[in-house]
Amino acid sequence: MTNKIVLVNEEGIRTDGRKITDLRPIKLEVGILGNADGSAYIEQGKNKILAAVYGPREAHPRHLALPDKALLRCRYHMAPFSVEERKSPAPSRREIELSKVIRESLEPAIFLEKFPRTSIDIFIEVLQADGGTRCAGITVASLALADAGIPMRDLIVACAAGKVGDQIVVDLNDVEDKEGEADVPVAYMPSFDAISLLQMDGQLTTEEFQQAVTLALDGCKKIHALQKEALKAKYQSIKEAAEVSEEE
Amino acid sequence: MPFLYENRQIVTPGDLLAEGDFLAGFNTYRHDEKIFASRLGLVELGGKKIDVVALNTFYIPSVGDLVIGKIVEVNLHGWTVDINSPYPAFLRTPEALNRPFRPQQDELSEFLSVGDMILAKVISFDRTRDPNLTIHEQDLGKIRFGQIVRVSPAKIPRIIGRKGSMIGMLKKETRCNIIVGQNGLVYVSSRNREDEKIAILAIKKIEEEAHTSGLTERVTDMIGKERGEVTQ
Repeated sequence: MTNKIVLVNEEGIRTDGRKITDLRPIKLEVGILGNADGSAYIEQGKNKILAAVYGPREAHPRHLALPDKALLRCRYHMAPFSVEERKSPAPSRREIELSKVIRESLEPAIFLEKFPRTSIDIFIEVLQADGGTRCAGITVASLALADAGIPMRDLIVACAAGKVGDQIVVDLNDVEDKEGEADVPVAYMPSFDAISLLQMDGQLTTEEFQQAVTLALDGCKKIHALQKEALKAKYQSIKEAAEVSEEE
Repeated sequence: MPFLYENRQIVTPGDLLAEGDFLAGFNTYRHDEKIFASRLGLVELGGKKIDVVALNTFYIPSVGDLVIGKIVEVNLHGWTVDINSPYPAFLRTPEALNRPFRPQQDELSEFLSVGDMILAKVISFDRTRDPNLTIHEQDLGKIRFGQIVRVSPAKIPRIIGRKGSMIGMLKKETRCNIIVGQNGLVYVSSRNREDEKIAILAIKKIEEEAHTSGLTERVTDMIGKERGEVTQ
């Protein structure tokens, strides 16, 4: 590689002006879709992702229903206009795999055994992609589940870290993901200090890997605070409005 | 370690509520010695028991519940009823007719047909079988007039109020007959359409502001205002 882009300069500033431990700006909103039982929306840097949750509801087709717990189904999908080159709307190999990975990372948090023979369906729609969509997808799906009133052990929050230009950085964007040396997405249950998803793409030494996981977990904790805030915000505003009208 | 929140504070799933000698009530669970919230809601500590009053839920049937349902299918031996729950309910013929059912002559859709709304009671339900209903009780059966409002099942206790204070006030102020289905459907009927309209507005307001305090007074005020507009 002759003319490689500088991903992290001498001052430790990245392509989008962040420091190596900075997250991208995050905006979270809960309950924005009228027809779904629960919904949420996230903007993380240039990522724009919608999540909708239906259920628990009767499992269709019937033979898929499980006798002892709810069936959790998840669809991660990228809109054709979410990337620069038009993406075919048919689910690609990558999307099918990510659907499975996201489902498995959310599964331990949900009390599925409380609702046997039903199904819970999660739809994650990437409207605009800029790297780290699986993590943002998990973060937003967990909010949509909480909004739907589905009992959960904990919120799930996800964040990636990776190696970019010989530095370990947190929350990789699209360029860093593609040009960097390694990417480590982590999904995390903050109250239990438990990891429910851990992947690695690329090569890292043991020390680098540990450093990446630590950084990703720090990122998760920051995003978790935002998640809680977003969930409360939906009801807090009504509460305040009602109490103001009370004082009048 | 004591109780970590104040009463009626909003908590999110996974929030650590208390540690030690407490009981895990509604929408909470125990892990080791710790009690966590499992739903988004308002915490309430009563004695040793910690509850979370959920802000959004769905209806899970429970034996004895009064529910409002819609007939979605007429089968050979009864009706399938949508009770706004993950589990479809079934109304068997012996629970609907007051005489033996003769499969050869009786046409079930003459009693209840698809689309009919019924007021019913849950007589059995467990995690292995779908709920069964009955309409063999005073005031149960087909709903022939009036209107039905759908609210989140989480708000039903608020519509009823403490010892029925809210529902009592609603009935008195709006002069409507109001029956609350535990599954989130509320039946409103009156001879006067305007009264029904006001009652529905009031129920929607209660649903929207269920987690705020001083609601009964605000709803009473609202009904009064609406009344004023109508009579003018």
